Amino acid sequence: MSEQQLNDPLVIAGKSYQSRLLVGTGKYKDLQETGEAIAASGAEIVTVAVRRTNIGQNPDEPNLLDVISPDRYTILPNTAGCYTAQDAVRTCRLARELLDGHDLVKLEVLGDQKTLYPNIVETLSAAETLIKDGFKVMVYTNDDPIVAKHLEEMGCVAVMPLGSLIGSGLGILNPHNIRLIMEEAQVPIIVDAGVGTASDAAVAMEMGCAGVLMNTAIAAANQPVLMASAMRKAIEAGREAFLAGRMPRKAYASASSPLVGTIG
Amino acid sequence: MQIQVNGEPFDAGECVNLAELVNRLGLAGKRIAIELNMEIVPRSEHDKTELKAGDRVEVVHAIGGG
Repeated sequence: MSEQQLNDPLVIAGKSYQSRLLVGTGKYKDLQETGEAIAASGAEIVTVAVRRTNIGQNPDEPNLLDVISPDRYTILPNTAGCYTAQDAVRTCRLARELLDGHDLVKLEVLGDQKTLYPNIVETLSAAETLIKDGFKVMVYTNDDPIVAKHLEEMGCVAVMPLGSLIGSGLGILNPHNIRLIMEEAQVPIIVDAGVGTASDAAVAMEMGCAGVLMNTAIAAANQPVLMASAMRKAIEAGREAFLAGRMPRKAYASASSPLVGTIG
Repeated sequence: MQIQVNGEPFDAGECVNLAELVNRLGLAGKRIAIELNMEIVPRSEHDKTELKAGDRVEVVHAIGGG
């Protein structure tokens, strides 16, 4: 790891992370593949869902948290599947109990099943309740700069606009909006949802995003562990390119070799 | 005693408190969280929290998600 990376942590709610890739744990073939992909991604923040335990069905089956240990990873419970503020708040409170008082959560309140687009009215309501209740809220939202700023001002510790629809793999469809959000932001802006392949992740980081959260792009690849490794590199490459500052775009050629001393 | 666990009717038998219910469900020592009638019950309170007929219990755990 280069010196620059060591001195360039992602800071969320006062805690520093070396990796700017945040990953989900859904859609993997099994827990072994989950564990291997997460390890290959280098991610330190890992999302999980909270669901009803299957009563009477194989209570001895391995638990996700045995593979993704809270001692090693920062577990980020999500409220995926919640369509109301009330359900999202209940889910976060259950997650805090499940994780022994851990209060960092990913809030997402969805609008409909077809788009999984965020319901902003319910998201704002849930964020207000959760922040009052002491949670540190990383919030999934649309790419509206006004809403993003409002969520920050309410006290969300990170704002996470979608690049495109969850699980769509369409990449960042409106980079101009993401840029507008970043211009005003004082908290980390993390692109959440929409990344399809490594170049999408690199694009987000080159724009100056603080990080990228993804799940399906890794889990639904033909070889998830290899894609996890690719994403790790894309995030690092994109961040370094952002820090380095890209050259200006030019309409015409500019020779790289000296023009003097050519033969003939 | 009839209660509801995760939305389904459940015969809690002789269980008098949440800790005994957790045992009966085969979930003792597992990473779970419990809500009783919409209120979180901390793990440390399970053996002090009595059950009554008609209680609605939610038992959750962490699974893969994004």
